[in-house]
Amino acid sequence: MNWLLVVAGAVVGAPLRYLTDRAVQQRHDSVFPWGTFVVNAGACLVLGVLTGAALAGAASSWVVVLLGPGLCGALSTYSTFSYETLRLAERGWGFLAAANVAMSVLVGLGAVHLGSQVARQLFA
Amino acid sequence: MTRKGSRPAAGSEAIDPDVDLHVPAQRAEPQGRVLAAVAAGGAAGASARYGISLLWPAAPGAFPWATLWINTSGCALIGVLMVLISEGGRTAPHPLLRPFAGVGVLGGFTTFSTYALDFSRLLDAGEARSALAYAGLTVVAALGAVWAAASATRLAVRGRGPDRVVR
Repeated sequence: MNWLLVVAGAVVGAPLRYLTDRAVQQRHDSVFPWGTFVVNAGACLVLGVLTGAALAGAASSWVVVLLGPGLCGALSTYSTFSYETLRLAERGWGFLAAANVAMSVLVGLGAVHLGSQVARQLFA
Repeated sequence: MTRKGSRPAAGSEAIDPDVDLHVPAQRAEPQGRVLAAVAAGGAAGASARYGISLLWPAAPGAFPWATLWINTSGCALIGVLMVLISEGGRTAPHPLLRPFAGVGVLGGFTTFSTYALDFSRLLDAGEARSALAYAGLTVVAALGAVWAAASATRLAVRGRGPDRVVR
């Protein structure tokens, strides 16, 4: 049952990453991978809010599985992030590669923490 | 480096392996079939990740080895896959290979959000040192894995023919 919820979330999450990435790229022409950055930051914020809501008792366990390991897990990605960082470095954009790592990690970790703290108080 | 009569493989200029609109073929890829391939791959990748997390759960405050291993191995695999797709073949890869295996399976298998949540949970458990070590170790392991796997795959692919240098 939980496995079906994970699949249902992933079936939406993975295409949503692809479509969001395209939509973000259509709005700029830089080589910096803003699309993946936006997707990872967004998934981290949603997962943080979800975790905070669950801790406050406002999200049932099936919603947590559907949206956590399902939607957010498939929406966010480490493989795309690491490969594009490698490509930036290989193409001579070392600064952009370093900026991608620093920004993705700081914003991602911050978004989860912030989302969960705010949701915990909102839903308490 | 391009030999007379051979062009760089389609997609070799890409930075973003999910989709890079600087690559004309990816700008024009048919959305219906691609989205279906991404969804199917994502379901498979997320299932594998969920299965590993059930088999190898981390106790509260414990180091999240399962997520670290999932992300590191997924990064190694994308290094192999993308080098094979963009630099490797004598024949063009199937157009749905990248959407299915790269965007779908590996994108669905690896996760940035769980990585960030693991960090936040370690902090909440009062394990700040562990949290920082986990955050840093994942970055180093993931980038090391994608670099090592891409380099090794390039060496293997280049060994098969003289004309495989494409940046």
